[in-house]
Amino acid sequence: MAEAQPIVPPLVITPEREGSRPIVQVLHDWIVTVDHKRLGIMYFCYGILALVIGGIEASIMRAQLAVANNHLVSPETFNQMFTMHGTTMIFFAAMPIVFGIANYLTPLMIGARDMAFPRLNAWGFWMTALGGIILYFSFVGGFGLYGAGSAPDVGWFAYAPLTSPAFSVGHSTDYWTIGLLISGFGSIATGLNIMTTVLCMRGPGMKLGRMPMLVWLNSVMAFLVLVAIGPLTAAQLMLLIDRYLGGHFFDTQAGGSAVIWMHFFWIFGHPEVYILVLPAFGILSEVIPVFSRKPIFGYNIMVAATIAIGFISLSVWAHHMFTVGMTSYANAFFVASTAAIAVPTGIKIFNWIGTMWGGKITFTTPMLFSVAAVAQMLIAGLTGIMLASAPFDWQLGNSYFVIAHFHYVILGVIVFGVFAASYYWYPKVTGRMMSETLGKCHFWLFLIGFHVTFDFMHVPGLLGMPRRIYTYEASRGWEGWNLIVSIGVIFQALGVLFWVFNVLKSYFKGKIAGNDPWDAWTLEWSTTSPPPDYNYAELPVVRSRRPLWDLKHPEDPDWKYE
Amino acid sequence: MRGKVGMWCLIVAESSIFCIFVVAYLYYAGKSVSGPTPAQVLHVPIFASICLFSSSLTIVLSEKAIHRGNIKQFGIFWFLTLALGVIFLVETGIEWHRLIYNEGLTISTNLFGTTYYSLVGLHAFHVTVGAIGLTIILLFTLFGAVKMEHAGRIGVFAMYWHFVDAIWVVVLSVVYFIAR
Repeated sequence: MAEAQPIVPPLVITPEREGSRPIVQVLHDWIVTVDHKRLGIMYFCYGILALVIGGIEASIMRAQLAVANNHLVSPETFNQMFTMHGTTMIFFAAMPIVFGIANYLTPLMIGARDMAFPRLNAWGFWMTALGGIILYFSFVGGFGLYGAGSAPDVGWFAYAPLTSPAFSVGHSTDYWTIGLLISGFGSIATGLNIMTTVLCMRGPGMKLGRMPMLVWLNSVMAFLVLVAIGPLTAAQLMLLIDRYLGGHFFDTQAGGSAVIWMHFFWIFGHPEVYILVLPAFGILSEVIPVFSRKPIFGYNIMVAATIAIGFISLSVWAHHMFTVGMTSYANAFFVASTAAIAVPTGIKIFNWIGTMWGGKITFTTPMLFSVAAVAQMLIAGLTGIMLASAPFDWQLGNSYFVIAHFHYVILGVIVFGVFAASYYWYPKVTGRMMSETLGKCHFWLFLIGFHVTFDFMHVPGLLGMPRRIYTYEASRGWEGWNLIVSIGVIFQALGVLFWVFNVLKSYFKGKIAGNDPWDAWTLEWSTTSPPPDYNYAELPVVRSRRPLWDLKHPEDPDWKYE
Repeated sequence: MRGKVGMWCLIVAESSIFCIFVVAYLYYAGKSVSGPTPAQVLHVPIFASICLFSSSLTIVLSEKAIHRGNIKQFGIFWFLTLALGVIFLVETGIEWHRLIYNEGLTISTNLFGTTYYSLVGLHAFHVTVGAIGLTIILLFTLFGAVKMEHAGRIGVFAMYWHFVDAIWVVVLSVVYFIAR
């Protein structure tokens, strides 16, 4: 599709390529940068590094669980693996990746030259980076000077009273607390920055109702970051007070409550899921229209559904706690609110299908990942509705059914969305196309691996296998299923290897992309690939939701119909 | 404009942190298994509260002054704001000293102590941050670096100070009246 593009004159003066510079100077440039594009790339790469580390931890767990009565790793190591896997994937893989994508694309898509607060942006990234380093330092520093290191082993939600000084000796839990506290400050800074950028930095003519869907979803995500990270920060401070100052917040012997930690954690924890999945929805809403050659179906409804998801997601947290035993009124409320959030999510699925319906679909790699993500969102949503019903949850809460459900969301939608985004925007970031052949190998391997692992993971859950167990007896009927689940991991890892190879190879050998390789419609494709430091020499004037369509088709512009 | 929106976002995020501490305070009110109880030891800090609330007025007056370009008047009201904030902190310190040494209430004594010191302390921490900011800007004013064109930025900082005062309305009523 690359040849169909020079209809639009580039809106910018192409900057001159600089000659090679000493490596120290290049590194220095990256470390002191406040440019949203570089910070976006750094966020993304940091997230991918964490994704690989978290993936290795998951692989160790799957190897341990592949057969019954296995003793590949010690029970202590197993506890550390699931704690570090969860913490790493949520806070240091998924969040930096969605922040990176938001950082890179938000100013480009709304016709701005940078984020609202570039230096705060850099601060936010380095705080996130520092948080991850502190968390991983626990491997060497967990017991302080008293012996070998130890990673946190209290689960990624660190339920009280397991985190109290009596049960969690040494400093492993403190590394977890302080790492998340610091990265939380970085997240709040980034949320604040995205929100302010969207509200104050839009280019001429870019009204709120003309913003690309990804920008809409990112701004709701930023709102959720502002509202939801606070409770986590507060809970972490309380935990620190308990552990270091002898406080009694979660100390049941002094009248404190362990359940209130669960409430505080999940008041953060459930909006967090939407912080991660909304940007993925945004990616799907950008990729699907372009490869269906149709504008997004029901833009206004999509925006309304996004905002509805944002608000409802703040009132569903205790569906993580049905098994704890709440009053019947509380159960009824959280069942109802959780079922209600399925409505706007369902609207989105119908709108993506509506966008594809009757379109001229081309199955490029980003489109393949997007279509798979839509299908997987449907299944993840259906198991979500099942678990939203309190009696069903009493049976299957804390089982592998729950694990399969939320990995369907996190892997099946968020990671698939991130892969779609990587293929779709790679040409913009590097100026070169990624290989379609390698991309399709990646897609099919990852799709097969994902389904082998997580489709079959539902079954041991239904058969009663609880989560967070180190090993299990043979003759429970779980062993065959667990072996299949573990085999799927190999395909996923192979797929990711293809992707990493593709990213590296295409950077040097990929086909030159040009400004607009996909014949797309949003503003970022009007500038050069990669964009110059200042993004736009003259700020583009926007008259519709598809500004580039208007430029390419002056005889039939969108603004006549909107 | 950017600064104002950014500060609003920060206020939303900070409010959610305070919200959780307030919820914890209310939830644990009366659940301590040992004394002392709030009714036995707490005295409403009337003077400190009047000082803190007045500082919102003086900071508004200093904003008005810088909008008119009257830097001297701005400096005077700014100094008053800082002084009132510092008085509040000193009063809090005296109150805590009395609670710790006379009443024997520390953060680890009972649930009341834990929730009281963390909620009031979180607020006092925010007043301290505000006082440091006020001091820095006061020093800039004394050295003649603050000019009329900085009125917008002064306004953004004033939003933070108003937020700290507004939070005190909540903390004061929760700690000293509702959950007494």
